[in-house]
Parts: sequence; structure tokens; C-alpha cells
Amino acid sequence: MGASQSGGVHMYQDLADKTGFSIEQIKNLHNRFKYLTQDEDTLRREHLEDINNLALNPIRRQIIEAFFDTRNLGQKEKGCLQEIGFEEFVTVLAFFRPPKPHIAEEEKKNMKKEKLRFLFNMHDTDNDGVITLDEYRRVVEELLSSSETIGAETAKAISDAAMLEVASVTVGQMGPDEFYEGITFEQFMQILKDIEIETKMNVHFWNLDTRTIQCGK
Amino acid sequence: MRMRMKMLLLLFCCGVVFCDQNHSDPRDQRVFPVISINYDYIQMPFEVSLWILLASLMKLGFHLIPRLSGIVPESCLLIVVGLLVGGLIRVLGEKPPVLDSQLFFLCLLPPIILDAGYFLPIQPFSENAGTILMFAVVGTLWNAFFMGVVLYGVCRLDGGRLASVDLLSCLLFGSIVSAVDPVAVLAVFEEIHINELLHILVFGESLLNDAVTVVLYHLFEEFAHVGEVSAVDVFLGVVCFFVVSLGGIMVGGVYGVLAAFTSRFTSHTRVIEPLFVFLYSYMAYLSAEVFHLSGIMALIACGVVMRPYVEANISHKSYTTIKYFLKMWSSVSETLIFIFLGVSTVAGPHAWNWTFVTITIVLCLLSRVLGVIGLTYIINKYRMVKLSGKDQFIVAYGGLRGAIAFSLAFLLSSDDFAMKDMFLTAIITVIFFTVFVQGMTIRPLVDLLAVKKKKQSKTSINEEIHTQFLELLLTGIEDVCGHYGHHHWRDKLNRFNKRYIKRCLIAGERSQEPQLISFYNKMELEQAMMLLESNSSASLSTASTVPQQRSRRTLNISKEREEEIRKILRANLQKTQQRLRSYSRHTLMPDAEEDDWSETRLRKQRVEMERRMSHFLTVPANRSESPAVRRGRFESDSQVHTVRPSVLVSVPVSLPDDPEEADGSTQSRNGGAQKPDGLQDSRGRKLSVKFALDVEEQKLPRCLSDPGPNNLLEEEELFYQKD
Repeated sequence: MGASQSGGVHMYQDLADKTGFSIEQIKNLHNRFKYLTQDEDTLRREHLEDINNLALNPIRRQIIEAFFDTRNLGQKEKGCLQEIGFEEFVTVLAFFRPPKPHIAEEEKKNMKKEKLRFLFNMHDTDNDGVITLDEYRRVVEELLSSSETIGAETAKAISDAAMLEVASVTVGQMGPDEFYEGITFEQFMQILKDIEIETKMNVHFWNLDTRTIQCGK
Repeated sequence: MRMRMKMLLLLFCCGVVFCDQNHSDPRDQRVFPVISINYDYIQMPFEVSLWILLASLMKLGFHLIPRLSGIVPESCLLIVVGLLVGGLIRVLGEKPPVLDSQLFFLCLLPPIILDAGYFLPIQPFSENAGTILMFAVVGTLWNAFFMGVVLYGVCRLDGGRLASVDLLSCLLFGSIVSAVDPVAVLAVFEEIHINELLHILVFGESLLNDAVTVVLYHLFEEFAHVGEVSAVDVFLGVVCFFVVSLGGIMVGGVYGVLAAFTSRFTSHTRVIEPLFVFLYSYMAYLSAEVFHLSGIMALIACGVVMRPYVEANISHKSYTTIKYFLKMWSSVSETLIFIFLGVSTVAGPHAWNWTFVTITIVLCLLSRVLGVIGLTYIINKYRMVKLSGKDQFIVAYGGLRGAIAFSLAFLLSSDDFAMKDMFLTAIITVIFFTVFVQGMTIRPLVDLLAVKKKKQSKTSINEEIHTQFLELLLTGIEDVCGHYGHHHWRDKLNRFNKRYIKRCLIAGERSQEPQLISFYNKMELEQAMMLLESNSSASLSTASTVPQQRSRRTLNISKEREEEIRKILRANLQKTQQRLRSYSRHTLMPDAEEDDWSETRLRKQRVEMERRMSHFLTVPANRSESPAVRRGRFESDSQVHTVRPSVLVSVPVSLPDDPEEADGSTQSRNGGAQKPDGLQDSRGRKLSVKFALDVEEQKLPRCLSDPGPNNLLEEEELFYQKD
């Protein structure tokens, strides 16, 4: 590890420039990465599934998938990777970086778009650019799956109502023969424009001392 | 006309004052007295009622003068009225009443604080808890000491009358004046509608600094009494602070849990449910005050702790009752407080000292600004959403002083504090300055600086879904990063809450209810009202029956109507009981299932719908049947008129596909009422039947043609009888 220190610093610098994290944060994330993968080079799904706390999360499947989704990693072809390296790990986590305090309006909008895109990708599992009723239904089901008393019809009804709402907000009046295909990304942005994503979808990255924290593993 | 009424009232007031001297003694007269005056008998309650009546009429009057209430905040107007009344009383030769501190702390302040604590928005409060605590504790301490020390220096320099003011008195004065007052903040901030973050920052600070104020006040008072201070005393003071604040919170928490537990068993005595809420809270306040703990924090803790559980347990009517009573009491209290402030100004002994007063005002502003800037600089390092300069300005400018400072000063004993009158004068001047100058100018400043206002729109179900999704996502990411952050702890708390606490404190199956479901339920009802409102001959094209994945709808609702309805509904809806398959009736799919309804759910929905109906008088369909309007006031049970229930309810129920399910019997029940096609569902019929049964005065013909469980009718009748 000592020999690659200087190489490591370069790598950190590159990553810091690309993702916007600081060197300190990248170092911490690297430690966490090594902890998760048990010092291997690549991260696989099993590593993430092993995290205890994550097991209780109803949407863990989608969270784990998000790490391996090529759309989030800026790659052209659509699909899933089987394993990712540290660089991809950090790239995905960069979506949750809080905005710097004095950034331009334009940059803020870009950031918001990126974060919304990340969310959209999480829902749109078949990569067709549209969230269909089925996919939405699955989302709602998973949200409700933590409560044991809810059945499938409930989720169906809720997601139906939600789709209806999106349709009425974005498309407005539809003719009697039109079908509503699904939620496109623009519509997604439109219905969620009131949630301030850029301030909400953030994780504090400043106290990530992973060795001393008791991680559930 | 209004002026005349006010004059009459004021004259009556004076008449009342004069009546004091009328001791008529009926037994002296020879003839049997047909009419005699015995004013003493009712003097006390009469005067109290008169004051409250005066306060309420003033409040009414202000809102009838449209331009005035836009420019001048209500608190200012009320103080002016108080000044006038005080002046009037003085002119008539009587001694105007001063704001009695005991009355203030025991009767006038608790309703306001309870109202604030019960409806405290927990989410933003907990997100900004660190910031709020910093401002409340460190900020107030800084203010108190800065003011005290500088004031002392000025007094020393000035000489003359001020030379006798010692350091302890100055520090005590500083601690009294430095606390931001919740009543004043509420009064002013409620009218300017700034964004939630700033509102909760200033307001939270005003609530939480009570602990600091209490400790400092008692500390310095004790020291002044004893005469000397040692290091041990200071250390004990610090310990005292923790005891006071944490003790207060604990007391509040205990009473809150008790209230929640009690509410679990009130399903048979719905009428006294609100009483438990009020009583337990008030007891918490008093219990805390017994031990000199922070009563305000106890009250807030009680309200916050008990609210989620109580609301899940109590009936909808009780919820409304609680809400309205709290608002009413707090409103009256606030009005009375400001009026009395005005009156006390005229009454109280004054010792004006230019230097002292001006220095006090300047120092107040200065210390506040410096404190906010300094603290924000430190806090911003730890916040994700930084506080900008504009935010800081509003926070600093919104630090209003109010009646608490006055009452605390009033409580000082004159022997220990020779300068008590000077203090009082200075405090009153500061209060006037902050309320008038800052209160009046904050609104134009907010507009000028283009501070973000409160978000007007209500959340849609999509936003709700995604907010929850986001919450889970962030928790997951935090777990991946191994970071025990805000979301992680909140998630843990929720899980703990669900598994253990809710089981104990919430009756029945409601403990299992997920938030999304209750939200969805609210949305359902909203949609109901929306469709009703939009003259539901509105084009509701039905969904295709064949492919399950397609749903097409056109909803022809005007946006403002929708907003109106949503606003009112969202503000008032309570979570309703959930049932496993209740949602199938709302499914847009052709394979909608028959459902069995739980009675309570029906009743709740019905009750909610009825309440909403008052706002939406119109029956969309046939007006010729003269739909009666149901009054919204829940108190006016005897005046309930009926409204067309069946159309209302059936609409939302079945956005649907089968016209042939239109029920013949309901058609007949409604006479000529026009119903959109395909909007009848067997379940819809059932629900509307409940409505019909519920109505007391059956102005509708043939409402009872449908069979339905009769026990609902009984229960409802019983309820109304008890009212």
C-alpha cells in the first residue's frame, strides 16, 4: 500500500475533481469501500447485501441496483454491471453531495436535474425512459412492504391514483381514446419540482470515520 | 356603527368601574324591592368577561378595516387600544389594573404555548434542532451577559442616579430583556408568512429560551437577595440550567405519555376527550412550575409527545374541538396580553431615564445582531442548508420582546431592586419599540429582500410517495457509507416507535397504519370533494376495461377550486382507520372487489365529509331539490341541515367503469338528482346510505329507502344528544 501512496493521491485528486468531494472525504470513502469489500478491489452486490442496517430497508433492492446501474455511472450502454470499482462507487455517491453554498443558479438546476435523473433511473427498471404503471406500482408496494397488513390491491390503488395525478397535471385533458403511457423524465421533473431535491437529497459526508464507528456487518 | 359600538362598550366599561361603589342594600328599603342591584356578587366574573369581550370585539373590529390590518400588525393595534382604555380609566379617576404576573403566567400564557407546542411542525423542528438550541441557549446567554455588562459600564460612567445600579441588577435586567418572546413572535410572524425554516428557527428559539431565562432570572434574583456570589454558586447555576430544561421536558413527557395512554380508552366517552388533552397539558405546566422547572418546555414536550398517539385514538370531532379550542384560547389570551400591556403602561409607576432607556434599546439590537451573526458563522459549518445573510437578518430582526419580559420584571421585589421602576419603564419601551417598529417594518422588509415565503401549494400524492422514497433512500445510502446520520437515527426511532410504543398507546389496529396509506386516504376524500365541486357532470371518461395497465382519465376541475378544497381538507383531515382491502373500492381497474366496511371507518369518513360539506354548499346536480346547507360549526348541532349525501359520496368511490352498476334504489332516493353515469357502485350506495342515516333533520325525501346497519344511526344520535 505504501508504494501506491503517491499514485493513490493522484487518483484521489482526479476523483475529487470529477465528483466534487474533498480529498479527505475521498480518503474516508476509500476506507469504507475497503471495509465493505474486505480489501478486495471490486464491490459486488453481496457486499452491499451484507450490511445489516440495509437489510431492514424496504427499498434495499433498488438502492443496491442503483450502484450497479450503468446509467448512473455515465456510461452509454444500458445495463447492469456485476461489480464496480472504487471510482464507480464514488461516482454514485456523488449524487448525494450537498450543493456548495454559493453556486450559480444554473449549476443548481443542473444538480437538481442530475439528482432527479438518479431517482428516475431507480424507478425505471427496464430502461425504456418511461416509468410505467407496473413499475410505479412496484415502487409503492415496496414502500408499503414494511407494514405487514397491506396487500397488493392497496398498492395498486395508490399507484393508480398517483399515475392519474401525474397524467392530469402534466398532460391535462386527454381525449377519450388516448392512453397514458407512463411518466417520462420531463414529466417526472415537473411533478417533483416543488420538492427541493437539491437540498433534500443529501448525505453528510463529513464525519465518515469508518474504522471507529460500529458498522453493522 | 362600529365606532359607536366601541364607544358604547367603553362607556359601559366605565360604568362598570363606577358600579364598584354602589353597594346597594336592599334590606334598608321599606317596600319589597322588585329590582335591586347587587354588583358585588358578580363583580369578579363580570369584569373578567367584560375584558374578554372587549378584547374579542377589538379583534373583530380590526379585521373589518381591511387596509389597516394589512399595514399594522394586530399586536400594535391591540396595544394602542390598551393604551386608550388605560387612559380612559385613568381620566375617570380610577386606577387602571396592571397585568398581574400570576394571572399572566398561570392563565394567559399556557394556552398560547400549548397551541404552539401541540401544532409544532416536528419535521422541520427536529431537522433544525441543533441550530435552534444554539440560538436559544448560547444566543440568550450572550445577549444577557453582553447587555448586563455593558449596561453596568454605562451606569458607572454616567453617574448620577444610575450609579447605584450594581452589576447583579444589570445582569438580571439583561437576562430579562434578552429573551425573545414567543407571544410577540407568533403574533407578528403569523401574518407575514415567511418560509418554514425561518419561522421555525425564530419561533423555536423563542420557545426554548425559556429555560435559560428562568435559570438566569432565579439565579440573579437569588444572588441579589443573598448579596454575594461564589464560584460554587455559579457552578450550581450551570447545573441548575440542565435540571430546569431537562426536568421540564421530562415532566412534559410523562404527562404526555399519560395523556396518550388515557386516550386509548376513551372510545366510549368521546365527548370528554379534548378535556384530557387540555388538563394533562395544564397539569404538566403547573407541575413544572412547582419545582421552578421550565413550564414552557414542559408544556411543549407534553404537546409534542402526546399528539401522534392522541390523534390516532380520538374521534374526528374531538380533534376538531381540540384544535378550535386551542386556537380560540390562544387568540383570546394573546389579545388580552397585548391590551393589558397597553393598560399597564398607563398604570404603572414610571421612572424615565433617557440614558438608560436609549442604551437599552441600542444594546438590544446590537447584541442580537452580533449574536446572530457570530452564531450563524459557527452553525453554518455544520449545516447542510446554510443560512444566508438574508436569513440571518430576518432571524435577528425577528427577535421581538414581549409580555414575558414585562411580567418577569414586575415580579421583582422592590426592596432588592431599588431601580425596579426604571427597569419596568425601560422594558416597556423596549417592548414597544420591538413590537411597533420591528413588527410594522418586518413585512415590507420581507417583501423588499424577497425572502422566500411559505410554500402555498399542498403536496400531491406523488410528492408524498417520493418524499418517503427519498427518506428511505437516504437512510440506505447512509448505511452504505457507514454514517450514522440524521436519517439513520430517525429511522431507528420510527422503528422503535412502531414496535413498542404505538402498541401501548394506540388503541386497536391503528397502530399498524403506515403513513402513506393515511395520506392516500386523505387524497381520496379530497378527490371526492374535487369531483363534487366540479359539477360532477364533469367529463369523467371511464377507463378502458380491457388492458390492466392503461388508465385514462380526464378531470375537468378548475385549479383554484381544487386548491381551495385541498387546502381546507388537508388542513383538517385526520388519519382514518385502515382496513386491508378498503382500497379496492377505489381501484380504477374493472376487477374491483366487493368490500366489507368497518363501521368506524365509515363513520369517520362520513363525519369528515360532513364537515367539509359546509364549505361546499352546492350540490352539483339538481338544484331544484333545494339542497340545504349544513353549517360548518360543529357546535351548532341543533342547526344541522341536510345536504345531498348520496351524490357526494358515490362519486369518489367509483371512478369507474361499469355504468350498469348504477343502483336503481339510489336513483329513486335522489328523486330527480342527476348523477353521472357509471358513478354508482354498490359500495358507493352503502356509503351514501350512511350519510342519509346520519342526518338529523330529514329534509330529504326518501332518504331511508336503503337498508343499512342501524346501529350507526343510533351512535350518531347518541353523540348528538350528549352534545
